[in-house]
Amino acid sequence: MPNQSKGAIVGLGVTPMGKIYGRRAVDFAAEAIGLALDDAGLTKSDVDGLLINANIPGDMDVRSQMVLGFENLTLVNVMSAYGSTAGSMMQYACMAIREGLANVVVLVYADAPLSPTRGAGQSYAGPHRFPLGGMVGLRAAYGNFGANPEYAMAARRHMHLYGTTTEQFGIIAVGQRKWAQLSPWAQMRSPMTLEDHHASRFIAEPLRLLDCCLVSNGAVAVIVTSAERARDLRQPPVNVLGYAQCAPGDNLRTDRHPAVETGARKSGEIAFRMAGITRDDIGTCQLYDCYTYTVLVTLEDYGFCAKGEGGPFVADGKLGPGGALPTNTGGGQLSGYYMWAFTPLSEAVVQARGQGGERQVPRNDFVLVSGNGGILNYHSTMIMSRHASAS
Amino acid sequence: MSQTATKPVPVPDQISAPFFDGARAGRLMLQHCAACAAWSFPVRERCPHCFATKLEWRQASGRGSLYTFTVMHQVMNPGFASAVPYNVAQVDLVEGVRMTSNIVGISNDALRVGMLLEVVFEDVGEHVSIPKFRPVVG
Repeated sequence: MPNQSKGAIVGLGVTPMGKIYGRRAVDFAAEAIGLALDDAGLTKSDVDGLLINANIPGDMDVRSQMVLGFENLTLVNVMSAYGSTAGSMMQYACMAIREGLANVVVLVYADAPLSPTRGAGQSYAGPHRFPLGGMVGLRAAYGNFGANPEYAMAARRHMHLYGTTTEQFGIIAVGQRKWAQLSPWAQMRSPMTLEDHHASRFIAEPLRLLDCCLVSNGAVAVIVTSAERARDLRQPPVNVLGYAQCAPGDNLRTDRHPAVETGARKSGEIAFRMAGITRDDIGTCQLYDCYTYTVLVTLEDYGFCAKGEGGPFVADGKLGPGGALPTNTGGGQLSGYYMWAFTPLSEAVVQARGQGGERQVPRNDFVLVSGNGGILNYHSTMIMSRHASAS
Repeated sequence: MSQTATKPVPVPDQISAPFFDGARAGRLMLQHCAACAAWSFPVRERCPHCFATKLEWRQASGRGSLYTFTVMHQVMNPGFASAVPYNVAQVDLVEGVRMTSNIVGISNDALRVGMLLEVVFEDVGEHVSIPKFRPVVG
């Protein structure tokens, strides 16, 4: 069934984000789901499917259903392909709905790793996350903690091969901060210049603090149902026209280069074909942006420019407000909030509905969403539209 | 308990013992598949190339080149507080395996992608050594 809606997003809930302490992830999840149900005009008893994005601390497990109070679910699962999971969850939800296994499915990501004594870096790469047994212990012995050094090495490889510059990374960060200033949901709304980017401290060269995403306490929930059911609900439906994954494999072989040639390429090709549209139809991109570099390499692999030309491509500021390819219009994970791929997914819903207010993009017929997990190991693509078919 | 923190030391387990035993004796031991002749890293029971169960430990050349690197400034572990800024690197071995390690014997400013490297072994604990790499001279 190409070119047709695979399912529709009818509810969106986004909690306050950031250094909000004293609440569990599941409490944020409950708030987000409540907001999404109100948004959709549905009640808890309408829900018969619950898909949970596993978070790093692991507390969003399948027993979250009990805390949330859902009954007689006919579809329930905890899913993880790290930061690409939202796309996997959307596939599963839409397929289950079309098979008749569930009618109204909640997709939720919730996390609360920050505490007054544990900041962003430690929450994602502190000693508690690095076992010493066996070969895994080598990572800690070399000081290779978490995603920062790995993405820094990927970015360095790209710079070496193609002449990409840290200024080009900075232009991405500045553009997204401008978008964040237009979003009431964004955590980082103070002005940022290219000079601010260059003056920010190194985390892992070549990546500076302002090349790195936030870490947030909070939750996002979306509610998915069939395109038919969606017509009678409160909000304009956001149809899912295409979705795909690609996991290119590890980078520990010299014949593989996922650091500079990501799964976005294959995942994007499949999703575009399924949706029956081309890149030219995309009015806005919502791309996984754990680092500025991730945006650049994802744009290349989706084919918006040739491999290696991502730096010059973004350098004119086309991703920012008023630019030719408005991207990460809520500020993304760099300046908005960090909810894995629920960050780009949530902003895609806002833009496809036309509810972006000051940050609403002019062309919102088709929205491209990417998810990315691990060290560029897992990729997902979703293509959203306010239309139920591409034709 | 704020004594001077030390860097984390790996604890060899059964499947990784040949690697760590080799490192202790100054040999870079990696798995080699008797069925398809491919090398692999880190360790597993089946060859990731052909999926055969004929992996054997062999001494690798220890020679390679610098694929990419970073210089870490953020202290993620108290054992590295006095080590920053330190490098973390990916090394492409001639056997076709890419290893993460540290480059020693050179300043971070002088690191260049593509430079030729050879393995050295560093004692990191009373009974544990780990492979690191240094530039090939000449």
